[in-house]
This record gives sequence, C-alpha cells and structure tokens, in this order.
Amino acid sequence: MKHRNLLLSIVLPAVLLPSRSFAMHISEGILPFSWSLVWFAASAPFLALGLRTLSRRSALDLSSKPLVGMLAAVVFIISCMPVPVPTAGTCSHPCGTGLAAVVLGPTLGVVVAAVALLIQALFLSHGGLSTWGANLFAMGVVGSFAGYFSFRLMRACGAGPVLAAFTAGLMADWATYATTALILAAGIKGTTPFWPLAAKIGLAFIPTQLPLGIIEGAITAGMVSLLSKKRPDLLARTALADIRGEEKR
Amino acid sequence: MKRSMWLLLALLMVGWSGGGVRAEEKWPGVDEAVVKKIAREQGREARAPLINTGEGDLQLFVFLLAGVVGGFAAGYYWRMLLEGKKRDLK
Repeated sequence: MKHRNLLLSIVLPAVLLPSRSFAMHISEGILPFSWSLVWFAASAPFLALGLRTLSRRSALDLSSKPLVGMLAAVVFIISCMPVPVPTAGTCSHPCGTGLAAVVLGPTLGVVVAAVALLIQALFLSHGGLSTWGANLFAMGVVGSFAGYFSFRLMRACGAGPVLAAFTAGLMADWATYATTALILAAGIKGTTPFWPLAAKIGLAFIPTQLPLGIIEGAITAGMVSLLSKKRPDLLARTALADIRGEEKR
Repeated sequence: MKRSMWLLLALLMVGWSGGGVRAEEKWPGVDEAVVKKIAREQGREARAPLINTGEGDLQLFVFLLAGVVGGFAAGYYWRMLLEGKKRDLK
C-alpha cells in the first residue's frame, strides 16, 4: 500500500504534466499597467501578513518552514497540472490553495501561492510578471480565504473534516475563477459595460470549472484525510488542530 | 499490488502517447479558450514574457542554477533545518 502510494505520487505528475501548461492565469500584457499596479497593491498587504505569520510561526516551531516549502511545491505542481474536461473540450488546472489554506491557514496560503505563481511566471511563461499581482489576488488571496472560511463554516455546522475539506477545495477553485473573471473584465472592458463582460467571462469558465472544482474538492478531501491519519503531528497549529483534538478524545 | 501495477502501466502508456493531454491540438487551456480569446475581442493581446527563459537552453541553465543554489543552501543548513539552532553552552 505504502509502495503503491509512493509510485503513484511519482508517476501521476510525470504522466499528467505536459511540456506546456494550460491555465487560467492572466498572461503577460493582457491587463493595462494601471490595473496591474492596482492588483499588486491589493495583494501586497496579504502577502506581508503571510510573511509575518511565517516568521512568527517558525520562531515557535522550526518544522513549520519546511512544511510551508513542501506545500508551496504541492501548490506549484497542482496549479501546473492541466486536466482535460471532456464536457467542455478544454483543459484547466486545479489551484491547490484550498488545501494550502486548510493545512497552513489563509495568510500562509497567500505566501505559498505567491511562490508558485512567481516560479510559473519566470520559468514556464504561465501567467506573467506584470500580472503576478492580479493572479495572486485571485488564486492566493481569494482562493485561500474562500477555502479557509468554507472549511471553518462547514466544521462549525458540524460537517466532518473530509466533507469540510471537499467544500474548501471546491469553493477555493470556483472563487478563484470568479475573481479572475472580475479582474479580467475590469482590466479589458474599455468602453464595454463591466457586468455583462464579467458575466460573459464567468459563463465561459463554467463548462470547464464546474467539474474541475468538484475534482479539486475531491483532491483536497483526499489529501486532508490522508494527512490527518498519517501525520497529525504536522497539523497541530493549523485549521486541522480541532481534528487532532477529536482523535485524541 | 498486481492491479495497481496494471494501473501504473496504463497511466504511463497514456502519458507517453500524450493522448490525454495533447492540448495544442484538441484540448486548449481555458487561458486560450477564454482569457486570451475574450481579451483579443476587447483589443488586448498577450505579450511575450518580460523574462523569457524559454529561449534556447536558457531554461535548462536557470533550472540547473536554481538546483545548485537550492541544493547548496539546503546542504549548508541541513542540520539547522532538521534539528534547529543549538545554543552553545560553553
């Protein structure tokens, strides 16, 4: 069983990663410079907050930095991984920020997304440096916070951790793409009215993202379930701390 | 175990044939199908990346450099990474 999981974890990314990635990230040059600046400014406080959280948490627990690094690698891979959606005939990718937010908390989810998006923009032409702020706001800030609060809300309503994690992944994915539609519409609208254009972009995302959000929910639920069973010690200071408490009782 | 080996073999076959993810031909990403398409309709075109590491062997060089820097940093701080800073009691 252990060997099978190890083999799958090596083989699956190798099989699913093509030479070129296909994503929702807003490419270089699509947003006007002024809008790029706006999204940099909007993301910056969340990133600063995340870095402060990282610094504080690592002062208390040294193992938190390697854990954040590992999650950054996971989010990088997940958000590079194109999944073909037969109903739409297109490919898209999950975001991974729902998982990061559940495991690390929402502000560290922003840090993790920032690292993943920067490497993708630099090395894979996936997104762009000028649109990094906009992509970070959609995937990092909105994705992480939507995932985290969905998880907390579901737990508060009495849902189990796996169902709550499923909802977190689902909501992180859908919220990311909804925000991308709004950001894109605001940046490219010109003389076109904002809301019809935003609705047009959002509707165009639906055939791909509706099923993909469900897949992301399943991935998040599976990973949270596995982590809480195999390595509950890693999750002591996170949103999953309450799960650990339940297991101890 | 036997069944999982068959599953792995099937996944590898799909991966090597590229059947599932040959996106250039049949499966455009939503960045092409939605983001770039609608941006183009609105008169905004995507630009080439500001730093294009995809030219020639530059990407290979950058990955090698990142691996060397990351590897040396992890190696140098390995003990600290695993055990934490120890106070000198002398």
